[in-house]
Amino acid sequence: MSFMDILALIVPAAIVSAAPLIFTALGGVFSERSGVVNIGLEGLMLFGAFIGAVTIYYGEQLGLGGASPWVSFVVAMIVGALFASIHAVASISLKADQVVSGVAINFLAAGLAIFLTKKIFNAGQTPVISERISKSDIPFLSDIPVIGKLFFSNAYLTSYLAVFVALIVWYVLYKTPFGLRLRSVGEHPMAADTMGINVTKTRYIGVLLSGALAGLGGAVYVASISGNFTHSTITGQGFMALAAMIFGKWHPLGALGAALFFGLAQAISISGTQIPGLQDIPKVFLLIAPYVLTILALAGLVGRADAPKALGTPYEKGKR
Amino acid sequence: MKKKLGLMVTAMLTAGTILAGCGNNDDGKTSGGDKKDFKVAMVTDTGGVDDKSFNQSAWEGLTKFGKDNSLAENKGYKYLQSTAQSDYKPNLNSLIRQKYDLVFGIGFLMGTDVETVAKQQPDAKLAIVDMVVKGDNVANITFAEHEGSFLVGLVAGMQSKTNKVGFVGGVNSELIKKFENGFKAGVLTANPDAEVLVQYAEDFNKAEKGQQIANTFYQQGADIIYHAAGGTGMGVFTEAKNRKKNGENVWVIGVDRDQHEEGMPENVTLTSMVKRVDQAVYEVSEQTMAGKFPGGKVVEFGLKQDGVGIAPTQENVKEDVLKSVEDYKKKIIDGEVKVPKTDAEYEEFKANLK
Repeated sequence: MSFMDILALIVPAAIVSAAPLIFTALGGVFSERSGVVNIGLEGLMLFGAFIGAVTIYYGEQLGLGGASPWVSFVVAMIVGALFASIHAVASISLKADQVVSGVAINFLAAGLAIFLTKKIFNAGQTPVISERISKSDIPFLSDIPVIGKLFFSNAYLTSYLAVFVALIVWYVLYKTPFGLRLRSVGEHPMAADTMGINVTKTRYIGVLLSGALAGLGGAVYVASISGNFTHSTITGQGFMALAAMIFGKWHPLGALGAALFFGLAQAISISGTQIPGLQDIPKVFLLIAPYVLTILALAGLVGRADAPKALGTPYEKGKR
Repeated sequence: MKKKLGLMVTAMLTAGTILAGCGNNDDGKTSGGDKKDFKVAMVTDTGGVDDKSFNQSAWEGLTKFGKDNSLAENKGYKYLQSTAQSDYKPNLNSLIRQKYDLVFGIGFLMGTDVETVAKQQPDAKLAIVDMVVKGDNVANITFAEHEGSFLVGLVAGMQSKTNKVGFVGGVNSELIKKFENGFKAGVLTANPDAEVLVQYAEDFNKAEKGQQIANTFYQQGADIIYHAAGGTGMGVFTEAKNRKKNGENVWVIGVDRDQHEEGMPENVTLTSMVKRVDQAVYEVSEQTMAGKFPGGKVVEFGLKQDGVGIAPTQENVKEDVLKSVEDYKKKIIDGEVKVPKTDAEYEEFKANLK
């Protein structure tokens, strides 16, 4: 196996497994940049996965065909935002502890999704969907030497969408008035309030957007990787996204990079056992590689990760 | 206003945690006046009796047993569902207190709990599926997965066009090793030139890992992959479907039950290795009713007892392959072929074959 073959095996795989994490991590960026901790990403992603599986299944029944995964993405975003509104009400309007509320979201999502699955399908899991997002080569771009084979062959469209959304989020947060307001609310809400920014409204938008993106991440996971929803479909991916967001220093492009890094580390750890040269390394080392690489990167390369200043504190008008 | 809103949110969140426990709430009805005294029950793990897998199969076996012996549901035979690992012990205890003559724990996850309960309640009769624990009042039900895996290994060896097949395991353990070695022996018997790629995901619930392993295997030229990896195996199906859509001729061999449905609509399931938990539950219930409770023993269900086998959906398997599967099934039952379970036994098997 040549070096190119090895890269062609690892790089596309890294991009594939990173896509759901990218969406969810971007959601986290919106919420936390506005000053609201969102531990609930896991639950929001889980519920998105459930909604995704259900919508695709019924989309198939209704004859939507190949469009049903895309319809499910939209539905999962809407439902994700609605679901996140519980977190928003509890932590913004009622000033509840944001971590506790987020944990509650995780419990609620897990319980509700399984309960509804049982009610709808009379089974512990949804049926396996047949309309999926499939791997394909991107026309023209995949013909570029070297790069084409690595980045534009044998990949999901949703992966490019994830990168594209990351760029949009970056643009929105750093180049638009809304982004400036969102960030200012997360850093110093009182100052923002004095300047006439509606803190509550801005934070609501941040949390709802995080719900929408996390829901999308879950639906993408179902449509491209797992193919159905069970109680074990989303186990920890939301927390990995949360880690990717912190790893990426609450910056959209940082989160994108971190999610891709996680994907790459995992791909190396899995494919490593079949790659000449790497396969002589004891398997244990390859298995722990993603975690060791993450610790090294966090401790050595990234440096201090500064959270938004007002993260975790509810805003009370007039309080000093 | 705020207070009301707060109450609403609290109510919703509480409802969520309670909802998870719903589904079936048939608690503690004591039996009275059955025709027969014998009562049998089971505790599911978190999957529930409609998980299309282990628990469902066990419940089907128990239901059949109940019907055949005209027992009433929820009186003569019943199940309790566990929503979390912490439910196992209370569920087992509650059934014992309701004087069920035999209580099954479904799945190896319940192993330690069954062992503890058996120690605390020496008069109770318990059975555990897929695991061996200590205690004279526990019947240990295991399956000869290696024998079933041998059969699907034959199929893979004979139908592989590239002479390369793969095995994806969940977690490297004694149990999954049985699948691996049986499969490898089957492939070797059918096609000595074939190479078997083996990899463990070290996780039963990570579809993306399964997908990546399958990707690596197929890329290296394997055309059939046998998975014994639960939810991780869903990723193997995903990868195979993607490749079949792009015109590659690749297959997956399913596990535990007939996974034909998982392979649709691209039709990538070649065949499956099924474990007949229903058969085992039925059998042990019958023995216990007849006063022959196999306590403290290990009861292994193999090809002979119809405890493992090849799936009923066989449209993708060639005629002559099916015939030789039948031949070998007979040979295994007659003891002519001894299928290896462990790595050491496999090496021995390999040496003897040459």
